[in-house]
Amino acid sequence: MRTTLRKAARTLGRSGTASAVLLLVVVAAALAAPLLAPHDPNQGNLLDAYGGPSGAHLLGSDGIGRDILSRLVFGARTSLLGPALVVGISLLVGVPLALAASWYGGWVDAVVARVFDLVYALPGLLLAVLTVALFGPGLTPAVAALSVAYVPFLARIVRAAARQQRVSPYVDALAVQGFGMLRITGRHILRNIAPVVVGQAAIAFGYALLDLASLSYLGLAVQAPTPDWGVMVSDSDALLKGYWLPVAAPGVLIVLTVLALTVLGARISGDKPPGYLKRRRRSAAPPDRTAVGAAA
Amino acid sequence: MGRLLVRRLGGLATTLLLSSLVIFGSLYLAPGSPENVLFGNRMPTAAARAAARHRLHLDQPLPVRYWDWLTGVLHGDLGTSMVTGQPVADRIGAGLSTTVLLVAMTMVLVVVVGLAMGLAAALLPGRVDAAVSTLTSVSVTVPPFVASTLLISVFAVRMGWFPASGLGEGLGGRIDGLVLPACAMAVLSCGFLGRVTRNAVREQLEREHVQTALVRGLPRLVVLRTHVLRNALAPIVTAVGLLTAGTFASTLVVESAFAVPGIGQLTIQSVAQKDFPVVQAVALLLVGAFVVCNAASDLVQAVVDPRLRETGSTS
Repeated sequence: MRTTLRKAARTLGRSGTASAVLLLVVVAAALAAPLLAPHDPNQGNLLDAYGGPSGAHLLGSDGIGRDILSRLVFGARTSLLGPALVVGISLLVGVPLALAASWYGGWVDAVVARVFDLVYALPGLLLAVLTVALFGPGLTPAVAALSVAYVPFLARIVRAAARQQRVSPYVDALAVQGFGMLRITGRHILRNIAPVVVGQAAIAFGYALLDLASLSYLGLAVQAPTPDWGVMVSDSDALLKGYWLPVAAPGVLIVLTVLALTVLGARISGDKPPGYLKRRRRSAAPPDRTAVGAAA
Repeated sequence: MGRLLVRRLGGLATTLLLSSLVIFGSLYLAPGSPENVLFGNRMPTAAARAAARHRLHLDQPLPVRYWDWLTGVLHGDLGTSMVTGQPVADRIGAGLSTTVLLVAMTMVLVVVVGLAMGLAAALLPGRVDAAVSTLTSVSVTVPPFVASTLLISVFAVRMGWFPASGLGEGLGGRIDGLVLPACAMAVLSCGFLGRVTRNAVREQLEREHVQTALVRGLPRLVVLRTHVLRNALAPIVTAVGLLTAGTFASTLVVESAFAVPGIGQLTIQSVAQKDFPVVQAVALLLVGAFVVCNAASDLVQAVVDPRLRETGSTS
């Protein structure tokens, strides 16, 4: 257990490990919110309105006296749920399409690429705003629209990575042995490109979090009394009265979470920390262990 | 070059046509009928409803309505706002110049600051590089709406240097009111461009032709200009195109944050009021801006790099 952790920490580098720890803390806070939050996130005491940080309210309280720390802890739930759904759905749709496109090539590849290009031409934020115009504000339409917008983002990268595997000799070797498309892509290609998929999914998670928080900030996704980081930043009353903490705390938390996600994603998908190349040289093509296992 | 231009313009027109179909068709999927907006909470009589449907051409089949709308758009007639009764073109025209000015100011900031940061990081390895790289990795994660609130808090409420919302009179007042929104959008883009510039210039600096030029004794500035920057320009141009397109999308958020009367705020307002003709037109306009920016960056690349003209493909 300890050696596994150490190994993970070494591959991730210092910044990658710090990011992973921060994300674990945020996820733990979201899961254990009722246990960790010192107060009810929706119960305000008007006597505490705009109270500064104190023993009872570590990060102070907002305009109607609700505890900011508790709202941040509970807000982690909605703020992480949305992007998780977006990335999950985009992966479910995008990865099979990308694998099929890279496997068959030809017109399948061309059609899929054209459709991705078209969706890519529509900015995700605009697509989400349009969807909200049709179905009314809420987390569901926003998540649905962003899922569509994120499919090409993930699928393009997966397709390029799978394409590289597709033309490598081990795939031909497996095909000659009579294995079919599903088995080769599912058990070998997908496993070999897993770091890229996971890393890019983490980066997409960060961007989806930003987009959903922007929509909640505009009042188009998560609705006001629900604690959510984007909704909390939209407290313009506090801002204009000069109380910056109710707005800055969720803002900084958003930035830190997304920063951790992008750093971690880049590390996982193969950007080595600076100095890595000096210590050990990467071989041009990593040996494929799964192919050997299948041949035996 | 001519063939590339034709191909790109053809692709651009196809994308615009398809997205106009998506935008127009999607409104057909909306629950409830568009004419309900006119009646608000009142229950209309069947005759009044039929009259309203006829006036809005809702009683005609979808392909006919789409064709009428499309020909109207191509003739400059974007329809009539269902809320104010003004022509949509007038409402958009009022905000368009503000939004274009805002995007232009943002991109000037992004190009100047982003290029400076990227060049500094690439040319001064060590401390400067490390500091700039840290700064850019943080700033690419600061979304415009968080930057807006922080800027309002510091420069509008604390210092009182710029207005927190709205625009002043005349060009000076408009620019004054757009400084903070432009900065809010520039934070993320500066980081992105800085990173791209640093990596592109670094890559060129390590190439053999640059080493050869230096060994030949050419002045460093000449080498930088003709050997390094010229070759590093392609990814930088692509990034600027992408960022300009993205900035148009970001105006949705930032104009609402600062109450700037532009296209972005108009979109969000029309969405809230369910004013479909305005939403359709603005969405098409924003998609158009997005697509044109991307195509323009491709064409500029072909101008910068003659090799791309031969193959006719830049993707």
